[in-house]
Amino acid sequence: MIRLLLAALLFASPALAQRSGYDDASVQTRAMQDDDSANPGFLWVRHGEELWSQPTGTAGKSCANCHNAPDTLRNVAARYPAWDATLARPITLVQRINRCRESHQGTTALAPDNDIMLALSALVGLQSRGTKIVVANDGPLAPFLADGARLFRQRQGQLNLSCANCHDDRAGQRLGGSIIPEGHANGYPQYRLEWQGLGSFNRRLRSCLIGVRAEPYGPASAEAVAIELYLMQRAGGLTVETPSVRP
Amino acid sequence: MARALINVPKIARKGELVEIRVLINHVMEPGHRRDAMGAAIPRDIIHSFVCSYNDEDVLRADFFPAMSANPYLAFSTIARDSGSIVFTWTDDQGVVQTERATITIL
Ligand code: HEC
Ligand code: HEC
Repeated sequence: MIRLLLAALLFASPALAQRSGYDDASVQTRAMQDDDSANPGFLWVRHGEELWSQPTGTAGKSCANCHNAPDTLRNVAARYPAWDATLARPITLVQRINRCRESHQGTTALAPDNDIMLALSALVGLQSRGTKIVVANDGPLAPFLADGARLFRQRQGQLNLSCANCHDDRAGQRLGGSIIPEGHANGYPQYRLEWQGLGSFNRRLRSCLIGVRAEPYGPASAEAVAIELYLMQRAGGLTVETPSVRP
Repeated sequence: MARALINVPKIARKGELVEIRVLINHVMEPGHRRDAMGAAIPRDIIHSFVCSYNDEDVLRADFFPAMSANPYLAFSTIARDSGSIVFTWTDDQGVVQTERATITIL
Protein backbone atom coordinates (compact mmCIF):
# COMPACT_ATOMS: atom_id res chain seq x y z
CA MET A 1 0.00 0.00 0.00
CA ILE A 2 2.76 2.38 1.03
CA ARG A 3 4.66 1.47 -2.11
CA LEU A 4 1.57 2.26 -4.20
CA LEU A 5 1.15 5.62 -2.51
CA LEU A 6 4.78 6.39 -3.07
CA ALA A 7 4.50 5.52 -6.74
CA ALA A 8 1.43 7.77 -7.05
CA LEU A 9 3.33 10.61 -5.40
CA LEU A 10 6.30 10.14 -7.67
CA PHE A 11 4.12 10.21 -10.75
CA ALA A 12 2.43 13.38 -9.58
CA SER A 13 5.77 15.11 -9.18
CA PRO A 14 6.40 17.67 -11.93
CA ALA A 15 10.11 16.90 -11.95
CA LEU A 16 9.35 13.52 -13.48
CA ALA A 17 6.68 14.29 -16.05
CA GLN A 18 6.24 17.67 -17.64
CA ARG A 19 2.82 19.20 -17.43
CA SER A 20 1.62 21.10 -20.47
CA GLY A 21 -0.08 24.47 -20.00
CA TYR A 22 -3.07 22.63 -21.52
CA ASP A 23 -3.52 20.71 -18.26
CA ASP A 24 -3.64 23.96 -16.27
CA ALA A 25 -6.28 25.51 -18.56
CA SER A 26 -10.01 25.37 -17.80
CA VAL A 27 -12.29 22.68 -19.25
CA GLN A 28 -13.76 25.29 -21.63
CA THR A 29 -10.35 26.45 -22.88
CA ARG A 30 -9.22 22.86 -23.42
CA ALA A 31 -12.45 22.09 -25.32
CA MET A 32 -11.73 25.09 -27.56
CA GLN A 33 -8.25 23.78 -28.36
CA ASP A 34 -9.53 20.26 -29.02
CA ASP A 35 -12.22 21.21 -31.54
CA ASP A 36 -10.80 22.40 -34.85
CA SER A 37 -14.08 24.16 -35.69
CA ALA A 38 -14.02 26.15 -32.41
CA ASN A 39 -10.25 26.75 -32.15
CA PRO A 40 -9.73 30.28 -33.54
CA GLY A 41 -6.12 29.34 -34.40
CA PHE A 42 -7.60 27.55 -37.41
CA LEU A 43 -8.52 30.93 -38.95
CA TRP A 44 -4.76 31.38 -39.39
CA VAL A 45 -4.24 27.76 -40.48
CA ARG A 46 -6.81 28.28 -43.27
CA HIS A 47 -5.02 31.49 -44.28
CA GLY A 48 -1.72 29.57 -44.30
CA GLU A 49 -3.25 26.98 -46.63
CA GLU A 50 -4.11 29.74 -49.10
CA LEU A 51 -0.63 31.28 -48.84
CA TRP A 52 1.07 27.89 -49.25
CA SER A 53 0.40 27.77 -52.99
CA GLN A 54 0.68 31.50 -53.75
CA PRO A 55 3.91 32.40 -55.60
CA THR A 56 5.78 35.36 -54.03
CA GLY A 57 9.07 37.16 -54.44
CA THR A 58 11.42 37.59 -57.37
CA ALA A 59 11.74 33.79 -57.84
CA GLY A 60 7.97 33.59 -58.40
CA LYS A 61 7.80 30.40 -56.31
CA SER A 62 5.30 29.19 -53.73
CA CYS A 63 6.01 26.86 -50.79
CA ALA A 64 4.07 24.20 -52.73
CA ASN A 65 6.49 24.42 -55.70
CA CYS A 66 9.29 22.98 -53.57
CA HIS A 67 7.55 21.22 -50.67
CA ASN A 68 4.42 19.82 -52.42
CA ALA A 69 1.71 19.41 -49.75
CA PRO A 70 2.15 20.89 -46.24
CA ASP A 71 2.22 17.38 -44.75
CA THR A 72 5.62 16.78 -46.33
CA LEU A 73 6.79 18.93 -43.38
CA ARG A 74 5.25 16.46 -40.88
CA ASN A 75 7.09 16.35 -37.52
CA VAL A 76 9.47 19.15 -38.54
CA ALA A 77 8.23 21.61 -35.89
CA ALA A 78 8.85 19.00 -33.18
CA ARG A 79 12.63 19.28 -33.70
CA TYR A 80 13.02 23.08 -33.91
CA PRO A 81 14.99 25.23 -33.06
CA ALA A 82 17.52 23.24 -35.11
CA TRP A 83 21.10 23.64 -36.22
CA ASP A 84 21.68 25.59 -39.43
CA ALA A 85 25.02 24.54 -40.91
CA THR A 86 25.32 27.56 -43.21
CA LEU A 87 24.73 30.11 -40.45
CA ALA A 88 26.58 27.97 -37.89
CA ARG A 89 23.91 28.61 -35.23
CA PRO A 90 20.50 27.29 -34.21
CA ILE A 91 17.46 28.80 -35.92
CA THR A 92 13.79 28.77 -34.90
CA LEU A 93 10.99 27.52 -37.14
CA VAL A 94 10.06 31.13 -37.90
CA GLN A 95 13.65 31.85 -38.93
CA ARG A 96 13.67 28.67 -41.06
CA ILE A 97 10.56 29.86 -42.92
CA ASN A 98 12.22 33.25 -43.35
CA ARG A 99 15.31 31.54 -44.80
CA CYS A 100 13.06 29.99 -47.45
CA ARG A 101 11.40 33.35 -48.08
CA GLU A 102 14.73 35.14 -48.50
CA SER A 103 16.93 32.61 -50.27
CA HIS A 104 14.38 30.45 -52.11
CA GLN A 105 11.53 32.87 -52.88
CA GLY A 106 13.45 36.12 -53.14
CA THR A 107 11.29 38.09 -50.75
CA THR A 108 11.61 39.72 -47.33
CA ALA A 109 11.88 38.13 -43.90
CA LEU A 110 8.84 38.69 -41.66
CA ALA A 111 8.53 39.35 -37.92
CA PRO A 112 7.17 36.39 -35.92
CA ASP A 113 3.89 38.22 -35.26
CA ASN A 114 3.30 39.39 -38.82
CA ASP A 115 -0.07 37.96 -39.87
CA ILE A 116 1.45 36.10 -42.85
CA MET A 117 4.17 34.54 -40.67
CA LEU A 118 1.60 33.55 -38.04
CA ALA A 119 -0.45 31.85 -40.77
CA LEU A 120 2.56 30.00 -42.26
CA SER A 121 4.01 28.96 -38.90
CA ALA A 122 0.58 27.80 -37.66
CA LEU A 123 0.20 25.64 -40.78
CA VAL A 124 3.72 24.18 -40.51
CA GLY A 125 3.33 23.69 -36.72
CA LEU A 126 0.01 21.88 -37.19
CA GLN A 127 1.77 19.21 -39.28
CA SER A 128 3.48 18.11 -36.04
CA ARG A 129 0.46 18.25 -33.75
CA GLY A 130 0.59 15.21 -31.46
CA THR A 131 4.26 14.52 -32.22
CA LYS A 132 6.63 14.19 -29.26
CA ILE A 133 9.12 17.07 -29.10
CA VAL A 134 12.69 15.89 -29.66
CA VAL A 135 15.17 18.73 -29.94
CA ALA A 136 18.80 17.70 -30.30
CA ASN A 137 20.92 18.62 -27.28
CA ASP A 138 24.38 17.55 -28.32
CA GLY A 139 27.03 18.50 -30.85
CA PRO A 140 27.19 22.14 -31.89
CA LEU A 141 23.86 22.92 -30.16
CA ALA A 142 25.25 22.20 -26.68
CA PRO A 143 26.77 25.65 -25.94
CA PHE A 144 23.58 27.42 -27.17
CA LEU A 145 21.48 25.17 -24.96
CA ALA A 146 23.73 25.99 -22.00
CA ASP A 147 23.19 29.71 -22.74
CA GLY A 148 19.43 29.20 -22.77
CA ALA A 149 19.52 27.28 -19.48
CA ARG A 150 21.64 30.02 -17.90
CA LEU A 151 19.31 32.79 -19.11
CA PHE A 152 16.31 30.83 -17.78
CA ARG A 153 17.85 30.85 -14.30
CA GLN A 154 19.18 34.40 -14.38
CA ARG A 155 17.28 36.86 -12.20
CA GLN A 156 16.41 40.03 -14.07
CA GLY A 157 14.20 43.11 -14.24
CA GLN A 158 13.07 45.44 -11.47
CA LEU A 159 11.30 42.51 -9.81
CA ASN A 160 14.56 40.56 -9.92
CA LEU A 161 12.97 37.23 -10.85
CA SER A 162 14.21 34.48 -13.14
CA CYS A 163 12.00 32.40 -15.41
CA ALA A 164 12.88 29.42 -13.18
CA ASN A 165 11.62 31.26 -10.05
CA CYS A 166 8.12 31.05 -11.50
CA HIS A 167 8.12 28.16 -13.98
CA ASP A 168 10.27 25.65 -12.04
CA ASP A 169 9.92 26.67 -8.39
CA ARG A 170 6.32 27.92 -8.33
CA ALA A 171 4.60 26.04 -11.14
CA GLY A 172 1.07 25.13 -10.08
CA GLN A 173 0.81 28.10 -7.67
CA ARG A 174 -1.05 31.26 -8.51
CA LEU A 175 0.03 34.68 -9.70
CA GLY A 176 -3.02 36.84 -9.14
CA GLY A 177 -5.84 34.96 -10.81
CA SER A 178 -3.68 32.83 -13.10
CA ILE A 179 -2.13 29.47 -12.45
CA ILE A 180 1.61 29.59 -13.11
CA PRO A 181 2.20 26.91 -15.76
CA GLU A 182 5.49 25.10 -16.22
CA GLY A 183 6.08 27.47 -19.14
CA HIS A 184 6.51 25.07 -22.04
CA ALA A 185 6.86 26.31 -25.61
CA ASN A 186 4.98 23.35 -27.11
CA GLY A 187 2.04 25.09 -28.75
CA TYR A 188 3.22 28.12 -30.71
CA PRO A 189 1.88 30.06 -32.43
CA GLN A 190 -0.81 30.09 -29.76
CA TYR A 191 -4.27 31.62 -29.47
CA ARG A 192 -4.48 33.45 -26.17
CA LEU A 193 -7.88 34.61 -24.99
CA GLU A 194 -6.16 37.56 -23.30
CA TRP A 195 -4.63 38.61 -26.63
CA GLN A 196 -7.85 37.93 -28.55
CA GLY A 197 -5.58 36.66 -31.28
CA LEU A 198 -2.78 34.32 -32.34
CA GLY A 199 0.72 35.13 -31.08
CA SER A 200 4.24 33.80 -31.46
CA PHE A 201 6.56 32.39 -28.81
CA ASN A 202 8.37 35.75 -28.96
CA ARG A 203 5.21 37.55 -27.96
CA ARG A 204 4.87 35.26 -24.93
CA LEU A 205 8.52 35.80 -23.99
CA ARG A 206 8.02 39.54 -24.27
CA SER A 207 4.98 39.42 -21.93
CA CYS A 208 6.86 37.47 -19.26
CA LEU A 209 9.90 39.78 -19.48
CA ILE A 210 7.74 42.91 -19.31
CA GLY A 211 5.98 41.22 -16.38
CA VAL A 212 9.20 41.28 -14.34
CA ARG A 213 9.98 44.77 -15.72
CA ALA A 214 13.02 43.64 -17.68
CA GLU A 215 14.07 44.83 -21.12
CA PRO A 216 12.49 42.33 -23.57
CA TYR A 217 14.81 40.44 -25.96
CA GLY A 218 14.35 41.21 -29.67
CA PRO A 219 12.71 38.30 -31.57
CA ALA A 220 15.85 37.61 -33.64
CA SER A 221 18.29 38.06 -30.73
CA ALA A 222 20.65 35.27 -29.69
CA GLU A 223 19.01 35.32 -26.24
CA ALA A 224 15.48 34.72 -27.57
CA VAL A 225 16.67 31.81 -29.76
CA ALA A 226 18.69 30.28 -26.89
CA ILE A 227 15.70 30.44 -24.52
CA GLU A 228 13.38 28.91 -27.13
CA LEU A 229 15.95 26.15 -27.74
CA TYR A 230 16.25 25.47 -24.02
CA LEU A 231 12.46 25.50 -23.50
CA MET A 232 11.81 23.08 -26.36
CA GLN A 233 14.49 20.76 -25.02
CA ARG A 234 12.98 21.07 -21.53
CA ALA A 235 9.53 20.25 -23.00
CA GLY A 236 10.90 17.01 -24.51
CA GLY A 237 8.31 14.30 -23.87
CA LEU A 238 5.35 16.63 -24.34
CA THR A 239 3.71 16.76 -27.76
CA VAL A 240 3.33 19.70 -30.13
CA GLU A 241 -0.11 21.33 -29.63
CA THR A 242 -0.01 24.03 -32.33
CA PRO A 243 -2.30 25.94 -32.54
CA SER A 244 -2.78 25.73 -28.76
CA VAL A 245 -5.34 27.78 -26.83
CA ARG A 246 -4.53 29.35 -23.46
CA PRO A 247 -6.25 31.83 -21.14
CA MET B 1 -12.53 39.38 -46.89
CA ALA B 2 -12.37 37.98 -43.37
CA ARG B 3 -11.74 34.30 -42.83
CA ALA B 4 -14.45 32.09 -41.37
CA LEU B 5 -14.71 28.50 -40.16
CA ILE B 6 -18.05 26.91 -41.08
CA ASN B 7 -19.16 23.60 -39.67
CA VAL B 8 -22.37 22.10 -41.07
CA PRO B 9 -22.96 18.36 -41.53
CA LYS B 10 -22.78 17.51 -45.26
CA ILE B 11 -25.44 14.82 -44.93
CA ALA B 12 -28.42 14.54 -42.57
CA ARG B 13 -31.63 12.59 -42.22
CA LYS B 14 -34.92 14.40 -42.76
CA GLY B 15 -36.21 15.73 -39.43
CA GLU B 16 -32.83 15.34 -37.72
CA LEU B 17 -31.59 18.07 -35.37
CA VAL B 18 -28.30 19.30 -36.83
CA GLU B 19 -25.70 21.42 -35.08
CA ILE B 20 -24.20 24.37 -36.92
CA ARG B 21 -21.00 26.08 -35.73
CA VAL B 22 -19.50 29.21 -37.23
CA LEU B 23 -16.43 31.24 -36.27
CA ILE B 24 -15.41 34.45 -38.00
CA ASN B 25 -12.31 36.63 -37.85
CA HIS B 26 -13.26 40.08 -36.55
CA VAL B 27 -11.67 42.57 -34.11
CA MET B 28 -14.99 43.31 -32.33
CA GLU B 29 -13.60 46.62 -31.08
CA PRO B 30 -16.08 47.65 -28.36
CA GLY B 31 -15.63 51.42 -28.71
CA HIS B 32 -14.78 51.99 -25.05
CA ARG B 33 -11.00 51.76 -25.37
CA ARG B 34 -8.25 54.30 -25.98
CA ASP B 35 -5.02 53.84 -27.89
CA ALA B 36 -1.48 54.50 -26.58
CA MET B 37 -1.89 58.23 -27.35
CA GLY B 38 -5.18 58.49 -25.46
CA ALA B 39 -7.39 58.80 -28.55
CA ALA B 40 -10.68 56.92 -28.49
CA ILE B 41 -10.68 53.79 -30.67
CA PRO B 42 -13.96 53.86 -32.62
CA ARG B 43 -16.40 51.02 -32.19
CA ASP B 44 -16.18 48.36 -34.89
CA ILE B 45 -18.21 45.27 -34.17
CA ILE B 46 -20.30 42.85 -36.17
CA HIS B 47 -23.77 44.06 -35.25
CA SER B 48 -25.89 41.49 -36.99
CA PHE B 49 -25.80 37.88 -38.02
CA VAL B 50 -28.32 35.98 -40.11
CA CYS B 51 -28.45 32.29 -40.97
CA SER B 52 -30.91 31.22 -43.64
CA TYR B 53 -31.72 27.74 -44.86
CA ASN B 54 -33.10 27.58 -48.41
CA ASP B 55 -33.98 31.30 -48.16
CA GLU B 56 -35.82 30.97 -44.86
CA ASP B 57 -34.26 32.58 -41.77
CA VAL B 58 -33.39 30.08 -39.06
CA LEU B 59 -31.45 32.46 -36.81
CA ARG B 60 -31.13 36.22 -36.58
CA ALA B 61 -28.95 37.77 -33.92
CA ASP B 62 -28.00 41.31 -32.92
CA PHE B 63 -24.53 41.60 -31.39
CA PHE B 64 -23.47 44.25 -28.85
CA PRO B 65 -20.09 45.47 -27.55
CA ALA B 66 -18.21 43.28 -25.05
CA MET B 67 -18.32 40.18 -27.23
CA SER B 68 -14.86 38.67 -27.74
CA ALA B 69 -12.90 39.06 -30.96
CA ASN B 70 -13.43 36.29 -33.53
CA PRO B 71 -16.98 35.46 -32.36
CA TYR B 72 -18.10 31.84 -32.34
CA LEU B 73 -21.73 30.75 -32.59
CA ALA B 74 -23.19 27.27 -32.15
CA PHE B 75 -26.89 26.61 -32.72
CA SER B 76 -29.13 23.94 -34.18
CA THR B 77 -31.86 23.60 -36.75
CA ILE B 78 -34.03 20.82 -38.16
CA ALA B 79 -32.86 19.26 -41.40
CA ARG B 80 -35.68 19.53 -43.91
CA ASP B 81 -34.64 19.63 -47.56
CA SER B 82 -31.37 19.44 -49.42
CA GLY B 83 -30.05 22.85 -50.30
CA SER B 84 -27.92 25.66 -49.04
CA ILE B 85 -27.37 27.29 -45.68
CA VAL B 86 -26.20 30.88 -45.97
CA PHE B 87 -24.51 32.91 -43.23
CA THR B 88 -24.28 36.71 -43.31
CA TRP B 89 -22.38 38.94 -40.91
CA THR B 90 -22.64 42.75 -41.09
CA ASP B 91 -20.30 45.08 -39.21
CA ASP B 92 -20.22 48.76 -38.24
CA GLN B 93 -18.11 49.64 -41.30
CA GLY B 94 -20.88 48.27 -43.48
CA VAL B 95 -18.82 45.24 -44.50
CA VAL B 96 -21.11 42.32 -45.29
CA GLN B 97 -19.62 38.86 -45.38
CA THR B 98 -21.48 35.89 -46.77
CA GLU B 99 -20.51 32.23 -46.54
CA ARG B 100 -22.50 29.25 -47.68
CA ALA B 101 -22.61 25.51 -47.01
CA THR B 102 -24.61 22.77 -48.70
CA ILE B 103 -26.53 20.05 -46.95
CA THR B 104 -27.89 16.85 -48.50
CA ILE B 105 -30.91 15.14 -46.98
CA LEU B 106 -31.00 11.35 -47.23
C1 HEC C 1 12.70 27.13 -54.15
C2 HEC C 1 12.36 26.07 -53.24
C3 HEC C 1 11.74 26.40 -51.89
C4 HEC C 1 10.67 27.22 -51.60
C5 HEC C 1 9.89 28.10 -52.56
C6 HEC C 1 10.42 27.07 -50.19
N1 HEC C 1 11.31 26.22 -49.62
FE1 HEC C 1 11.34 25.58 -47.72
N2 HEC C 1 13.00 24.51 -48.07
C7 HEC C 1 13.62 24.37 -49.31
C8 HEC C 1 14.84 23.58 -49.17
C9 HEC C 1 15.80 23.19 -50.28
C10 HEC C 1 14.92 23.25 -47.79
C11 HEC C 1 16.04 22.44 -47.11
C12 HEC C 1 17.02 23.38 -46.45
C13 HEC C 1 17.80 24.25 -47.41
O1 HEC C 1 18.61 23.72 -48.15
O2 HEC C 1 17.55 25.48 -47.44
C14 HEC C 1 13.76 23.83 -47.14
C15 HEC C 1 13.46 23.70 -45.80
C16 HEC C 1 12.27 24.13 -45.20
C17 HEC C 1 11.89 23.85 -43.83
C18 HEC C 1 12.69 23.04 -42.83
C19 HEC C 1 12.52 21.56 -43.10
C20 HEC C 1 13.30 20.69 -42.16
O3 HEC C 1 13.20 19.46 -42.34
O4 HEC C 1 13.96 21.19 -41.25
C21 HEC C 1 10.67 24.45 -43.62
C22 HEC C 1 9.86 24.43 -42.34
C23 HEC C 1 10.31 25.12 -44.86
N3 HEC C 1 11.31 24.90 -45.79
C24 HEC C 1 9.15 25.85 -45.04
C25 HEC C 1 8.87 26.57 -46.21
C26 HEC C 1 7.72 27.43 -46.34
C27 HEC C 1 6.65 27.66 -45.29
C28 HEC C 1 7.79 27.97 -47.61
C29 HEC C 1 6.88 29.01 -48.23
C30 HEC C 1 6.77 30.26 -47.51
C31 HEC C 1 8.99 27.44 -48.23
N4 HEC C 1 9.62 26.59 -47.36
C32 HEC C 1 9.40 27.73 -49.52
C33 HEC C 1 13.18 24.88 -50.49
C34 HEC C 1 12.13 25.78 -50.64
C1 HEC D 1 6.40 36.25 -12.08
C2 HEC D 1 6.27 34.93 -12.62
C3 HEC D 1 6.78 34.66 -14.03
C4 HEC D 1 8.06 34.86 -14.51
C5 HEC D 1 9.27 35.44 -13.77
C6 HEC D 1 8.05 34.36 -15.87
N1 HEC D 1 6.80 33.91 -16.21
FE1 HEC D 1 6.30 32.94 -17.90
N2 HEC D 1 4.36 32.84 -17.28
C7 HEC D 1 3.88 33.26 -16.06
C8 HEC D 1 2.45 33.06 -15.99
C9 HEC D 1 1.54 33.41 -14.81
C10 HEC D 1 2.08 32.47 -17.22
C11 HEC D 1 0.69 32.03 -17.65
C12 HEC D 1 0.09 33.03 -18.56
C13 HEC D 1 -0.79 33.99 -17.87
O1 HEC D 1 -1.82 33.59 -17.38
O2 HEC D 1 -0.43 35.20 -17.89
C14 HEC D 1 3.31 32.33 -18.01
C15 HEC D 1 3.37 31.75 -19.26
C16 HEC D 1 4.55 31.42 -19.91
C17 HEC D 1 4.62 30.61 -21.10
C18 HEC D 1 3.44 30.01 -21.86
C19 HEC D 1 3.19 28.58 -21.48
C20 HEC D 1 2.15 27.92 -22.36
O3 HEC D 1 1.47 27.02 -21.89
O4 HEC D 1 2.04 28.28 -23.55
C21 HEC D 1 5.94 30.54 -21.45
C22 HEC D 1 6.53 29.80 -22.63
C23 HEC D 1 6.68 31.32 -20.47
N3 HEC D 1 5.80 31.83 -19.55
C24 HEC D 1 8.05 31.52 -20.49
C25 HEC D 1 8.73 32.34 -19.60
C26 HEC D 1 10.16 32.67 -19.72
C27 HEC D 1 11.07 32.17 -20.82
C28 HEC D 1 10.45 33.49 -18.68
C29 HEC D 1 11.78 34.16 -18.36
C30 HEC D 1 12.26 35.09 -19.34
C31 HEC D 1 9.24 33.65 -17.88
N4 HEC D 1 8.23 32.96 -18.48
C32 HEC D 1 9.15 34.36 -16.70
C33 HEC D 1 4.65 33.80 -15.04
C34 HEC D 1 6.00 34.10 -15.11
